[in-house]
Amino acid sequence: MTGPTFPAIAAILALPLCLALALAGWRMVTGPGKADRFVAFDMLTAVGIGFAALTAVATGRSGFLDIGLGIALINFVATAAFALFLERKKDDR
Amino acid sequence: MIATYAGIVLLGLGVLLVLIAAIGLVRLPDAFQRMHAATKAGTLGTTLIVGGAILLGDVVPTTGFLTILFLLLTLPTGAQLLGRAAYVAGEPLVGLEGDDPLEQLLDRNAD
Repeated sequence: MTGPTFPAIAAILALPLCLALALAGWRMVTGPGKADRFVAFDMLTAVGIGFAALTAVATGRSGFLDIGLGIALINFVATAAFALFLERKKDDR
Repeated sequence: MIATYAGIVLLGLGVLLVLIAAIGLVRLPDAFQRMHAATKAGTLGTTLIVGGAILLGDVVPTTGFLTILFLLLTLPTGAQLLGRAAYVAGEPLVGLEGDDPLEQLLDRNAD
């Protein structure tokens, strides 16, 4: 195929994804409340899935899509656990 | 060839949506609005990126489809759980006009 190759496309698309990672990380560090940090964590895992898929495009290995599935699984369990933690904080008082 | 171009377009749209979600995460004023940006745009963005990766590579598409299905099922569910928990925990509501419709339904921690 003429024109840009798959690794080049993935590298170009990784740049805005890096910016998204930086913004979500900034919210993770400075977020005023706990809920802000949990939302930022959600966003960080979404960016991680994006990076995994882009790496699968760049290298042609389907194993990186499996990594994306793993990150998605962990994300759901972690979000549910964080939500339980936030709700339970109230009963402790 | 058409699949290649479609895959590149899907990847580009997905990355753009994730970037928009991250910008919304930084610029919106309270946790619920940030959740709104991160969940809606983030879910569609990651789904489009994985779909583009399926179309582009010589990869086995099964886990990709599984990932898309799982993302569409769990990211909104997780956001709903987190939003409910944030409301109960008493996160501030910025820019709420009128009464709080959840006031009678959920026990809110006021502080």
